Amino acid sequence: MIAALLRRDLAQFFPFAGGGAALPVVFFVAVAMLYPFAVGPDANLMTKTGGGVVWIAALLAAILPLEKLVARDIELGFFDQLKLRGVTEEAMMAVRLIAHWLSFGPPLVLATFPAAALLKIEGETFSILLLGLLAGTPGLAAIGLIIAALTASLRAGAALSGLLLIPLALPILIFGAGALARQDQVSLGFVAAISLALVALAPFAAGAAIRAAREN
Amino acid sequence: MQASSPALTAHDLACRRGERLLFRRLSFALAPGAACHVTGVNGAGKTTLIRVLAGLTTPYAGTVTRKGTLGLLDERSGLDPDLPLGRALAFWFGLDDTAGRDAIIARLRLGGLLDVPVRYLSTGQKKRAALARLLGQRASVWLLDEPLSGLDTASQALVNELVREHCASGGIAMIASHQPLGVPGITNFAIEDHAPQGEDA
Repeated sequence: MIAALLRRDLAQFFPFAGGGAALPVVFFVAVAMLYPFAVGPDANLMTKTGGGVVWIAALLAAILPLEKLVARDIELGFFDQLKLRGVTEEAMMAVRLIAHWLSFGPPLVLATFPAAALLKIEGETFSILLLGLLAGTPGLAAIGLIIAALTASLRAGAALSGLLLIPLALPILIFGAGALARQDQVSLGFVAAISLALVALAPFAAGAAIRAAREN
Repeated sequence: MQASSPALTAHDLACRRGERLLFRRLSFALAPGAACHVTGVNGAGKTTLIRVLAGLTTPYAGTVTRKGTLGLLDERSGLDPDLPLGRALAFWFGLDDTAGRDAIIARLRLGGLLDVPVRYLSTGQKKRAALARLLGQRASVWLLDEPLSGLDTASQALVNELVREHCASGGIAMIASHQPLGVPGITNFAIEDHAPQGEDA
């Protein structure tokens, strides 16, 4: 049952599966493309600041899928039907977290290759950036899921979730982008640790949120 | 796959919506084969009662006991609006491990609609699709919220027929509806009888 659920969720959220799910990745590359136009083609400056820009782009791209992530299936009665079949809210949200991450984490990491080329990020910096995104995107996905579940029953939920994600994602951004500035991989450990904690927490927090949303 | 003997009982239920008490001291017990028709004006709490019985909402007071698998049909079909009907139904049929899918689809006259995305279906067609999902689940306790709304006369007759068959094979059906139902032996149950009186409103 869990496998069928994951397949269905992936079909909903995976880029190019329809429904505009490729938008976050396009948005991400677009930011990397616009940056050199905005600050001028100074290779030195771009190498120094480009990594930070990629991180900000990743964080903003993580906001885009949130609108449809949970609210739509609540409206559809989808979670209700699963609940009647004995699936717990925590399992539903764990599956949703995996599908959400798969549909935006790996595509974002892949999109980092063209983005890095546009921003003249090379060598050690590039590998730290890549590892950082790999470690950080699960955390971003987890924060996104919790927020999407919490704001699902609110009228202005979509707009609000973007605002809520930014402060909560700050620790990931600080350690992730900080690793680039200092060229050290220790910070990446922190990013991974934060991600891990968030991923462990998210199914329970989001599950409780959709249970609460049902009560009114 | 019907459970040996399904049962649905409510004991001293009370439900609120917001600050308003909808009903209280509501008790009933449904044995295998029983059908129950819940009536009440709009806002009386029919949908709330169905959701409480389904275990989706916690009652303000009282307890619900369920034996057997639960099937819920309400205004939300649970079918992905972007998918063609055939694939949307196939998801639930797969989850429920449904046998005789073609027969269910034929019975609800959905054969010609399988390629149509769910969001293009009319209200009545969506309802029939949701009924197909319900049949595929083979649940022993049916909780139906306004199953006749949006359906044409032929389809309404079909719903009555399905409920009759379900109960004849030992299932339980709890139906909230404004329309009269053509199910023999159905018990009627007016939610207003349990509305709070002056003293506890």
